[in-house]
Amino acid sequence: MSHTASDLGARHRGSAIARNRLPKWTPLAIAAGAVVVGIGIGAGAGLDSHVQWGLIALILFVAGNYVVTRVADGPRQAKDRVATSLVYACFILAIIPLYSLIETTIAKGVKVLDGNFLGHSMSGVLGTQPGGGVYHAIIGTLEQVGIATVIAVPIGVFTAIYLVEYGKGALAKAITFFVDVMTGIPSIVAGLFILSFWILILGFGFSGFAGALALTILMMPIIVRSTEEMLKLVPNELREASYALGVPKWRTIVSIVVPTSIGGIITGVVLAIARIAGETAPVLLLVFGSQVINNDPFEGPQSSLPFYIYEQYNLGNPAAYDRAWAAALVLIILVMILNLIARGIARWKAPKTSGR
Amino acid sequence: MKLLRKNGLRATALGALAVSSALVLTACGSDDNSSGSGSSSASASSAGGSSPAAAAGSIDCGKGSGNLLASGSTAQQNAMDQWVKDFTAACKNIQINYKGIGSGAGVQQFVQGQTAFAGSDSPLKPEEIASSKKVCSGGQGIDLPMVGGPIALVYNVPGVDNLTLDASTTAKIFNSKITKWNDPAIAKLNPGAKLPATAIQPFHRSDESGTTDNFTKYLIAAAKSDWPYSGGKAWQAKGGQSAQGSANVASQVKQTAGSIGYAELSYATSGQLPTVQLNTGASAPVKVSSEAASKAIADAKVVGTGGDLALSLNYTTKADGAWPITLVTSEIVCDKGNKAATLDATKSFLNYMASADAQQKLTAQGYAPLPDAIAGQVRTAIGSLS
Amino acid sequence: MDTTQTAEAPPPSPPQPPADLDQGVQQRPVLRVGDRLFLAFSGGSGILLLVVMAAIAGFLTYRAVNAISQDHGNFLTTFEWNTGVTPPVFGIAVLAFGTIVSSIIAMAIAVPVSIGIALFITHYAHRRVASPLAYLVDLLAAVPSIVYGLWGALFLVPHMNGLDLWLDKYFGWTYIFDQSAPGSAARSLFTVSILLAIMIIPIITNVSREVFRQVPRMHEEAALALGATRWEVIRLSVLPFARSGIISASMLGLGRALGETMAVATVLSSSSVLSLHLLDPQGGTFAQNIAAHFGEATDFGRDALIAGGLVLFVITLIVNGAARLIIARRKEYSGASA
Repeated sequence: MSHTASDLGARHRGSAIARNRLPKWTPLAIAAGAVVVGIGIGAGAGLDSHVQWGLIALILFVAGNYVVTRVADGPRQAKDRVATSLVYACFILAIIPLYSLIETTIAKGVKVLDGNFLGHSMSGVLGTQPGGGVYHAIIGTLEQVGIATVIAVPIGVFTAIYLVEYGKGALAKAITFFVDVMTGIPSIVAGLFILSFWILILGFGFSGFAGALALTILMMPIIVRSTEEMLKLVPNELREASYALGVPKWRTIVSIVVPTSIGGIITGVVLAIARIAGETAPVLLLVFGSQVINNDPFEGPQSSLPFYIYEQYNLGNPAAYDRAWAAALVLIILVMILNLIARGIARWKAPKTSGR
Repeated sequence: MKLLRKNGLRATALGALAVSSALVLTACGSDDNSSGSGSSSASASSAGGSSPAAAAGSIDCGKGSGNLLASGSTAQQNAMDQWVKDFTAACKNIQINYKGIGSGAGVQQFVQGQTAFAGSDSPLKPEEIASSKKVCSGGQGIDLPMVGGPIALVYNVPGVDNLTLDASTTAKIFNSKITKWNDPAIAKLNPGAKLPATAIQPFHRSDESGTTDNFTKYLIAAAKSDWPYSGGKAWQAKGGQSAQGSANVASQVKQTAGSIGYAELSYATSGQLPTVQLNTGASAPVKVSSEAASKAIADAKVVGTGGDLALSLNYTTKADGAWPITLVTSEIVCDKGNKAATLDATKSFLNYMASADAQQKLTAQGYAPLPDAIAGQVRTAIGSLS
Repeated sequence: MDTTQTAEAPPPSPPQPPADLDQGVQQRPVLRVGDRLFLAFSGGSGILLLVVMAAIAGFLTYRAVNAISQDHGNFLTTFEWNTGVTPPVFGIAVLAFGTIVSSIIAMAIAVPVSIGIALFITHYAHRRVASPLAYLVDLLAAVPSIVYGLWGALFLVPHMNGLDLWLDKYFGWTYIFDQSAPGSAARSLFTVSILLAIMIIPIITNVSREVFRQVPRMHEEAALALGATRWEVIRLSVLPFARSGIISASMLGLGRALGETMAVATVLSSSSVLSLHLLDPQGGTFAQNIAAHFGEATDFGRDALIAGGLVLFVITLIVNGAARLIIARRKEYSGASA
């Protein structure tokens, strides 16, 4: 890295002060020009897809930006401008479908979403009729995901700690191997395993807990993998400084390494929760599904939000579709709330000061 | 940094607020939907032809109690929902939970002893009967036909409101032998219709299903030379597009011009899709309906032995007004050795399902009631379950 | 910033560590007890996880072998999947092709875009804009896959028609983008790939964003002090440091893309046709195949589906192994190389 940096300095000496000679509004002007020309070309050539118009405008913008900056400021600034435009372009490109997705869900979801919908189960409501609610599914999701999180997070985080801080040799290699393989596990396969092991061999009945066990299996690899990555990023200088002060290794981990990376660890956990909160198959196989409220996750069938969505969607009539979208919205809001709490904890616990 | 901390606290506070408000919103969860959906349930029961009170009068709850779990065919889910609702309204000690997860998965849960009965689109196979002996101590699993359902042919051809096909053209369309809507074979069946020159996009199910099984059984029986496949729950023909589940087939047909597909009648009705009339050789082309399906099912023969009532449908019926593409889903229970805890409740619920009252309610949901002769045999079989 | 952190962080646990036990004078044995407990705990977690995962792998292999041994087709090269007939004939050729192709395209789209978004959030956007954006992306990771499926079927498929026709018209000569029947519904592997890309963008973005945040400020400030432009700072100090993290993030995204069931099942018009015409409505993936066949599968049919799942594991393993190799070669940027 050092030699590239000095290269950079050498190449840079001449123009360091002469940065940003172009006025600030240049990119905006180029963007506007590109949009106009893009529309012109699109309309002129008779392209019917507006996506194509946008793409043409985008290419024109990036190219125009590069040429203008290169002429005015030189190649390095030009590259910087292109990178900036590309980053913005990526962002806009991705935000369009994501926005559309959220918009569709909200627009279709608010139709039947009200206090009655949140506070009632589907007990005694026909699939083809309007009415009914999602309360039993909310309870099911909260309990199943809660249990899975309580089991998977400590195991996952400690495994990651083991891999990063202690792990050497065959055991660490074996764990890494299996964690890698399990990241792509289709959820129904995890469900089948728990079905064979927990219900058919050990003889337990359908319950929210059985579903939570399958969710745990799906959750652990995600947590291990993301936590491992975040722990690896903690600079060794921090650990060494701590050891030099005579702090034992475990306290270094608990009070230096983990807090430094807590934001990333929590992001990983939230991602894992978000993933399992949307799983249908384990519920289908292990929790059975229910129309009525069952508050006990250890006994008897329960429902869950993704299962509810799946169930309503398969009924295929307008009333059921409305319920499916509303339940999807509830699920998204639920995970968003969890996310907010987790981020609050991360901000509160983390010693980070770099402010991004 | 102070600022950040404040932000963090604010985020936490916001989160806590959101959670507590969510809890407040949902703390009053309730299973009681009678007030919320009172009007709609009244309208449904009037459509079903009898008031809840009258229905309750014919329900014999027996001495059974407890929680019945059952699963299987998705095709009978709507019928089950209706029956479960009416039955549990009359018999408060019994809860019933039927889940449409597919016939195969339902039969598996049944033979693994997890459910009281299963719903299935196709009769038990010999190996399934063999494995059912493990849960039915001293007995075996039997089929009790319970719900008939017409399979509609839905289409979306702009400008064509009335479309008549026969078995041979249907087979050729789904086998990609006829590829244009204005093909002479179609034109011949539809004199006067303005058939466009567009390509036909036939839709079939991508998942295995009893609907596909019965539809292709019809094609094999009625148009063997144009349908050179062996049949089964998985789609075998080449070409065309596929979609997962009947709901998806219906919605794809709705949004794709020039398409045709098959789905249970209820999906055609709720999607407001036009249905094909079938030239079966009867005096006039047959329109799909519950009554038309019931007529065809009346032709069915019981082929099961030893208490098993598996039906064999007559797909080549030429009777006037009989719709030949039908599906009959059965409930699968043990003839002997049902679990003692759920036996009474299972018997009384099955009895209710096979009653004339319950069967009549099916019409409103797009199903076909069983003919009296078969329903009588089913009731006799239920009486002897132990 | 880093230096201040190193200086500040330890004081809460100054030189006299948890030596509040009885043998306070002799430090070393005490340290070892605490460390040993901690090691036992974390190692125990690892072993527990290992046992569970190994049990799953064993279970799957056992059932898969049972199915494959009764297959009357070649498991690797047969196109169709027919387990309900006797003798059963099924194979993974179409599924493996569909899974790999859709994941490759999805990754090719999602990884650069996600890095772009993560950079935008951490290095380009104003903080007031960045944190709501970060929330938005987090939120999108929470959208259940069935909703992606519904949205894909309702919104994406109709909107892909224009793009498909355009690709067919101008890039049809590549064979890949040639449509056999121009104008047929865009329920193809290509649409699935785009949907998968949209699904995994939030995952890759979220993890990459956290990684970018961890880049030591010193590195960036050093580059800035030498007069580097923003892009040069990113290229010379941020991306090399974050490389291993980006790869891990991509692997998490890939995991979801490979195993995605409901969204693919809702959007794809599956068939047992293997073709490089990516815009034609045909093909299949492992997870979609499970969804399509599970409901009606017999015991044996389930075993066959599990055998398909096992192949998916092998694919995941190979890709992850390759990724680990790349990461290992760049160990010098990793903090915990010790």
